[in-house]
Amino acid sequence: MKTVEEIKAAIEAAVPGAEVEVVPNPGPAAQHSLRLAPDKAVAVAAFLRDDPELAFDFLSNVTGVDWPDKEIAEKVKVTRQVTKTVDGPDGQKVGQQVEETVEETRKRNEPGWLEAVYHLYSVAKKHGPLVLRMRTVNRADQVALPSFTPIWRAAEFQEREIFDLYGIVFTGHPDLRRILMWDGFKDHPMRKDYVEPDDFEYEPTAHDEVLKRAQERRSREQATGNREQVPSAG
Amino acid sequence: MPVDQSLKIELGKQGIFVTTIQELYNWGRRSSVWPMQFGLACCAIEMIATTMARYDMARFGAEVFRPSPRQADLMIVSGTVTKKMAPQVVRLYNQMAEPRYVIAMGACAISGGPFKQGYNVLKGIDRYIPVDVHIPGCPPRPEALLQAFITLQKKIDVQHLTGEDRPRFLDADAQGEFPVPEQGAHDLEPTSNQGVWPVQIKTGTQGTRDPGN
Repeated sequence: MKTVEEIKAAIEAAVPGAEVEVVPNPGPAAQHSLRLAPDKAVAVAAFLRDDPELAFDFLSNVTGVDWPDKEIAEKVKVTRQVTKTVDGPDGQKVGQQVEETVEETRKRNEPGWLEAVYHLYSVAKKHGPLVLRMRTVNRADQVALPSFTPIWRAAEFQEREIFDLYGIVFTGHPDLRRILMWDGFKDHPMRKDYVEPDDFEYEPTAHDEVLKRAQERRSREQATGNREQVPSAG
Repeated sequence: MPVDQSLKIELGKQGIFVTTIQELYNWGRRSSVWPMQFGLACCAIEMIATTMARYDMARFGAEVFRPSPRQADLMIVSGTVTKKMAPQVVRLYNQMAEPRYVIAMGACAISGGPFKQGYNVLKGIDRYIPVDVHIPGCPPRPEALLQAFITLQKKIDVQHLTGEDRPRFLDADAQGEFPVPEQGAHDLEPTSNQGVWPVQIKTGTQGTRDPGN
């Protein structure tokens, strides 16, 4: 199989306007992935499947990743004009502009995104895997990605699962609905900010996080006398 | 009232069989408990193995596994009950005709098992339906399922036909239909059936071995 850079060059030659970027994988397997921009992704996928040399005809796995928002606190040196009161020549207080360098801690909120990762193999040429990634714009409202189901049928159920568990909406999918949870379910359980419903009433051998939740529940019940469940925040 | 055993044996030697209606009735019922074809996950494989040649369950009376809940006496809940499947399990239980029994086979059916913290796992089927025998194990061996079956048979043997402690199917006022949970926005609603699963929250001092309860 060609290396990832060669495949990137082939894609850029065949599909003009496609934005492809190599995402290096620092682990020992060195399976670098190609990050595709969503707008030409279907054309790129069709090229990867139909090209006689690459011939990626087997989509073996589609998975989702949740990159949560990050809050970065950084120390910044800021130069500011500060007015200081100084004794003037006439014995009065005079304001004087002085430059002062102050170190400030600024908090930045870097938005996260959702990602769909595809693993492609070639049964005809016996090479692979090629890893593709596609990122959404953010995690809240712009969560659409093009679906690869028209290209590889294997993506159908797996993209439904990613829609169910992560919330990525695949445009062009023939039947996009929940597959593991029921249709009326409102959360996306595999996201990092999913809160489980509070049904830890009885825990005979609690440990670790379950122990913490069971103790919270017990202390809440003893404090308020209320055995009802707390509606989940998820 | 039970018959004196030595008198029974003596008369038996003479060719006279003495019993009570209760014994006869219960013997007939416990020797032909027909389970329903109901397997959910890995424990179902062990249940199938129990019905096959090596650990044959048919010799204990579970002759055929009925496909229809109307014709079955026993539901062996074998495997993880997901929250998506839980309303259907309760519906099937409601459709079984009395007398009916439930065996919760395996850790998942008892309490959620190794997948207890999963987002789709119901933490035990005894939250919604009454369970007669619980079998611990992951999965329990076929011999354990046979032991549970024999335990159920012993339980049926001592059921009275009249009186305060008669079973549900002989009591006209007993609740026969168990409410089916709805699939809500975040969880099943209600999360448990308080009539079936009244969890006792112990207050006060606890031993150090049981801190989570």
